[in-house]
Amino acid sequence: MKVLIRRPRREVELPGRRRVRDVLKELQINPETVIVVRGETLLTSDDVVGEEERIEVIPAISGGAR
Amino acid sequence: MKCSTCQAKAAIEIRRHNAAFCGPCFLAHLERQVQRTIESEKMLAAGERVLVAVSGGKDSLCLWEVLRRLGYETTGLHLDLGIGDYSPEGRKKTEAYAEAHDLPLQVIEVKEETGFSIPELAGRTRRPPCSGCGLSKRYLMNRAALEGGFPVLATGHNLDDVAATLLGNVLHWQVEQLTRMTPVRPASHPRLVKTVKPLIRITEREAVAYCLLRGTDYHEDECPNAAGATLLLYKDIVNQIEAVSPGSKQAFYQEFGKRVRPHLAASETVTLRECEACGQATTGEVCAYCRMMERARQVTVRRGRVTRTVLEVPPA
Repeated sequence: MKVLIRRPRREVELPGRRRVRDVLKELQINPETVIVVRGETLLTSDDVVGEEERIEVIPAISGGAR
Repeated sequence: MKCSTCQAKAAIEIRRHNAAFCGPCFLAHLERQVQRTIESEKMLAAGERVLVAVSGGKDSLCLWEVLRRLGYETTGLHLDLGIGDYSPEGRKKTEAYAEAHDLPLQVIEVKEETGFSIPELAGRTRRPPCSGCGLSKRYLMNRAALEGGFPVLATGHNLDDVAATLLGNVLHWQVEQLTRMTPVRPASHPRLVKTVKPLIRITEREAVAYCLLRGTDYHEDECPNAAGATLLLYKDIVNQIEAVSPGSKQAFYQEFGKRVRPHLAASETVTLRECEACGQATTGEVCAYCRMMERARQVTVRRGRVTRTVLEVPPA
């Protein structure tokens, strides 16, 4: 599968089918700080991503002067 | 995973509520949460005109969209900070949103207003950019609300913001700042406008999900000055705890409000007066904003071996 991480922007390839929570664990991304989408569909941690699919990890945390 | 409300396939899981929601149920849930916050904290009265601070990012556009849908009479206020490629993009998203929904929007160009963009201000005052930026935002937003006759100013501060700020203030025992950490800052002086934070029960992750599900196009990039900001470190730490112990973030902030802040508020004895330079509310003779701007206008002139500091003519 292909995983597009938006900040910093990079694409990672992972082998096999995996649950979203396992993808984030593998990439050491805290699930509390991102939203994962497949196309325009929001995915939950138990959704399975197929080997040929592409997902995006959208960062949620921002801010300096608030 | 199924929606806790209607059993359809879930789009988002909210572990601190031990719940998951499909798209439509999540949108209704978030709007209900904001409405409850507004009512329980007495943030907005029916029919009150609200000035909404909008950067073009997910939090402020989420706030504007929710207030619009809840039926409040809103006007957007955007500060163009003059930060490289970052500011034009935020302004573009804000203007596009206002136009799409036919909402009034006031834009203040900080450079035109003060003579300096935020990066120039940071360079001239040798303050961290976020420090001068925060102070400028608070000052200019309050002034715009006063001049526009708005009784209340709403900002997009969310649960992550307030929990991280609380952690920072506790780590350094900033008692004065802790006292001021309230969801509503009342108009405690004729030159101060009431400010409210309707998103304090909403996380940044939920604001992103809301914008995506509503199709609200927001400015996704991070401010270049925020890299390495201490607030981001505190947010990271709070979310590491949240991942292991869901609900900790909300409990940290809410219980502070219930158990600690009332004791601090009782000891708050601040006397406000008008700044001798600009007339805005301040505790001293001259407000922090005017002091910063005066420092920014000072330039160092070197002639031979003599160095002296002179004051530039203030911008018109």
